[in-house]
Amino acid sequence: MVPLVKRQTRKGKHPMSEQKIIEIEVLRYKPESDQAPHSEVYKVPFTDDMSVLQGVQYIKDNFDGSLTFRWSCRMAICGSCGMMINGIPKLSCESFLRDYYPNRITVEALANFPIEKDLVVDLSGFIEKLEAIQPYIIPKEPRTLEQGEYIQTPEQFSQYIQFTSCINCTLCYAACPQVGLNPDFIGPAAMALLHRYNMDSRDGGQAQRMELVASEEGVYNCSAVGYCSEVCPKHVDPGNAVNVNKINAAKDYFLRFLSPKGGAQ
Amino acid sequence: MEIYKADVVIVGGGGAGLRAAIAVAESDPSLKIALVSKVYPMRSHTVAAEGGAAGVKRPDDSFDYHFHDTVGGGDWLCEQDVVEYFVKQAPVELTQLEHWGCPWSRTADGHVNVRPFGGMKIQRTWFAADKSGFHILHTLFQTSIKYPSIKRFDEYFVVDLLEDDGRCQGVVAIEMATGEFTMIEGKSVILATGGAGRVFRESTLGGIVTGDGMALAFRHGVALRDMEFVQYHPTCMPITGLLFTEACRGEGGYLVNKDGYRYLQDYGLGPLQDKPKNKYMELGPRDRLSQAFWYEQQKGRTIEHPVMGSVVHLDLRHLGEAYLRERLPLIYEMAETFMGIDPAKEPIPVRAGVHYTMGGVCVAGNCESSLPGLFAIGECASVGIHGANRLGSNSLTELLVFGKVAGDEAVKKAKTLPPGNSASLLKQAQAAEQRVMALKTKTGGTERVATIRKEMVKSMEDGCGIFRMEDTMQANCDKLAELRERFKNINLDDKTSVWNTDWLSAIELDYQLDVAQAMAHSAINRTESRGAHQRLDGPDGAYKVRDDVNFLKHSDAFYVPGSAPRITYGDVKITKSPPEARVYGAAGEKADQERKASHV
Repeated sequence: MVPLVKRQTRKGKHPMSEQKIIEIEVLRYKPESDQAPHSEVYKVPFTDDMSVLQGVQYIKDNFDGSLTFRWSCRMAICGSCGMMINGIPKLSCESFLRDYYPNRITVEALANFPIEKDLVVDLSGFIEKLEAIQPYIIPKEPRTLEQGEYIQTPEQFSQYIQFTSCINCTLCYAACPQVGLNPDFIGPAAMALLHRYNMDSRDGGQAQRMELVASEEGVYNCSAVGYCSEVCPKHVDPGNAVNVNKINAAKDYFLRFLSPKGGAQ
Repeated sequence: MEIYKADVVIVGGGGAGLRAAIAVAESDPSLKIALVSKVYPMRSHTVAAEGGAAGVKRPDDSFDYHFHDTVGGGDWLCEQDVVEYFVKQAPVELTQLEHWGCPWSRTADGHVNVRPFGGMKIQRTWFAADKSGFHILHTLFQTSIKYPSIKRFDEYFVVDLLEDDGRCQGVVAIEMATGEFTMIEGKSVILATGGAGRVFRESTLGGIVTGDGMALAFRHGVALRDMEFVQYHPTCMPITGLLFTEACRGEGGYLVNKDGYRYLQDYGLGPLQDKPKNKYMELGPRDRLSQAFWYEQQKGRTIEHPVMGSVVHLDLRHLGEAYLRERLPLIYEMAETFMGIDPAKEPIPVRAGVHYTMGGVCVAGNCESSLPGLFAIGECASVGIHGANRLGSNSLTELLVFGKVAGDEAVKKAKTLPPGNSASLLKQAQAAEQRVMALKTKTGGTERVATIRKEMVKSMEDGCGIFRMEDTMQANCDKLAELRERFKNINLDDKTSVWNTDWLSAIELDYQLDVAQAMAHSAINRTESRGAHQRLDGPDGAYKVRDDVNFLKHSDAFYVPGSAPRITYGDVKITKSPPEARVYGAAGEKADQERKASHV
């Protein structure tokens, strides 16, 4: 990585003029006219501070306004701009052209999702999975506003905070081989979110959520490849959440024989 | 055209829109809520807010302190009755969010912690590390899933409001995935579309922050209030404008110039403090800090970088890596990823950049505009709590407090108003469809969206900067008028229906030009300096100072088709804080003591 601040100016030459040209190969697909996706190559002038997202924006602004992709915050928090970059799911706003130069770079829609147009994929299935896991506090001990906040010790806080960091970028779904095989698999991000609420000391909804965990769409689809955690830009480690829940589901299954309420507390 | 009949239509799925939707759903589960957003709700720009949300928490703090910090911070252009309501509701709403699962950072004994922020007498910023907006947004989005009465229209782009019988009764929107139009009826419409900062070049804002709701209301005759007040945040990443939160300074960071000197002591914010002291030095308000940056640049005391331009240093090194990773993890990662800098080892180069639109759709304290049934909340609104300069961490709280207010008001409307005249509304929706389709299908134009946008953002930066002059402001007004003309000659590369972002960008640009004109003309007409609107001109420099005689007034910009907006002025509501000198640092403390003594 070339630090922005450490770049040296050559004598008498403005660094912005030190533009290089990188080839960006974009997988294009216009559903109204194309039978199948095809590649187009663009020669994009760039400087070292430019992200892959800025490269794609350059194409849209200067070469072809019909190029379509999602983006917004530019700082890896809104989760919009995931793409396959040289075959790896990444946020394009925090991937830099300089790291690929002088080679050609390929940019494609996220794998394992239907393509709607160019780099835009259909996320409705993912959203339905998020909605299905009851991603909200089901209070263990309801509290009125007059009673003030719940107390949460550092120990209790540490149980779930990591799993709150998911930005719903769906890179883990593009990485997951099982999502590719079974699109109904609830998948890493949704399972991490489920785990986030289960582990929150304010929540008492674990038993309700357990049914989904152990269902056909649930954790047993996971083959523990761990690629989801590898590509996660926010270090949520969804693979860990899935595997903890495999154990919980198994425990729950066996405890059901011993207790009428099941194992989940 | 598809038709959906709701009771309440909410445009925008960020913090304010989601809070309003939940308020309606909780109040009456039988009401149908349409939540319409051009992005999935968790992509909304609330997500990028970092530092936190203000609400009285500590026993040594008070509503009165929060009130005075806000009103003084706003250079006395706040609606004081609205601020009084706001500060009282703030802790209630922040506690509500805690109950919904927001992972607020905690003290060792398990209570919610608060941190200092600029312009605050006592620390009162509730925070979730430095991803407060992210956590607020995801908490609200996830909580909203609990309510079946909230029907989301994700990735629907609103192109017009529908009016009948003298009130707003719905919207017409494009389903982005198909390019088809949908009419969504409702007994009230709540705009929650966020700010308009992308009319400037270097900003902290996401690409979606294009002032859509402001332009929609403006075109329907509603005033855009106080649009000249645009907040420059003092610590942004050069070139991209990405934000380094004020919490960097709240946690103890320094701002230094090229000599390693903490220059804020020269700008009425001193004397120098070793530890963060509320309302001193780095904890001064944003407008003053951005202005100090500009003066340092003029004096040749900024660091001149060949690529980044003029910068100063945000120095966090003395806080140590462990503390930075705990309190400012996002800032740490951003410095590493985007700049190749380890903030525990090197200072971060920063400069001032556009961050927030204080003004917006003019609404009363109940969030309703002059068009009955049309509400506005959050950054797109001007409910009156920010005045001429917003206090850091008031805006996240605003989303919650006024989201709730607007939701409750919409429930009242839904329960009392008769159903609308669908035939009349449909006719309007079809007219809007034709107009918007014409933009897409027309041929023979020669202008590109990107070209006009580029010229607009450059012109706004030159004409509505941290300091303003008559001639550059006039040049900006002229340029915007020229771009308005050239927009008519626009040509799109993409004429298809599915996911046509070329088309949507053109509609956004159309909105942006309207909002930019409102800002530019409100600015040139205000011949004084107040808060974020600072002038360097006037006879004998008369406009360099605040002028309470003529300009203790809100500006109201009204849309005039095909021409520059008409600017009028309205009164400011003063309840208990008459205007006084706006001072910080030692002078501020002295003024506080004098005020206290005079009350005894």
